[in-house]
Amino acid sequence: MTVTALKSEAILLRSSEDVIRVRQLTREWAIQTGFSLVEQTKLITAASELARNTVDYGGGGKVLVEALNDTNRRGLQLTFMDEGPGIADIEMALKDGYTTGGGLGLGLGGAKRLVNDFEIVSRPGEGTRVRIARWK
Amino acid sequence: MERIPILKLGNFLLVSVQVDMHDRLAMTLQDDLTARIVKDSARGVLIDISSLEIVDSFIGRMLGNIAAMAHVLDAETVVVGMQPAVAITLVELGLSLQGVRTALNVEKGMDLLRTAFTSERK
Repeated sequence: MTVTALKSEAILLRSSEDVIRVRQLTREWAIQTGFSLVEQTKLITAASELARNTVDYGGGGKVLVEALNDTNRRGLQLTFMDEGPGIADIEMALKDGYTTGGGLGLGLGGAKRLVNDFEIVSRPGEGTRVRIARWK
Repeated sequence: MERIPILKLGNFLLVSVQVDMHDRLAMTLQDDLTARIVKDSARGVLIDISSLEIVDSFIGRMLGNIAAMAHVLDAETVVVGMQPAVAITLVELGLSLQGVRTALNVEKGMDLLRTAFTSERK
């Protein structure tokens, strides 16, 4: 089973306008991948949550959007990267209602529920990398 | 500065969100609506989100905040026109918009506000 990237694009994440750019690109590529409206909406919502996290908590960063081709399936993968303060307790951060920034604390755990693959790597002082993917 | 227009219709304020809102725009709408409820002595707020393709936790929180602030200022809020895919995603995300009244479309939402307003005046 080999996963190949059909195409990829990186978007810088600095402001809330950049979050919209991520939503738009995700929508465009999700339609091209053949996702249903509900699947599109779930992926775009997850992308929006994570892009906002990168801007608000990670001090800005970037996202790599990739259209993937697996042996018999297609998918869309987004990798969010920042060099911010990092997350000390990932398990806690994934819990609903946990927040350090005055939000609802639904972003990380909520985004995880909306996608098929979810992977997070974070080290205090070094930054955070979150990879999500949805498959068709 | 970019703003979402707020229309006044009798005792009610109407908002139709037609653009993909970034976070600052959502905050501005929240502030503008709160100010207009007081300025216009509005008794109801109707927010049409039928053009919104997603409602994430930030927009969801804004809708909840508007409803809560309106309530404190003696006004009712109703959110109308949510797309089915948005509703499915919102619930899976973990957001149920508690405290926010909803209706399927603008017409039903206006009926709800009028009923709330007239029953109160009797």
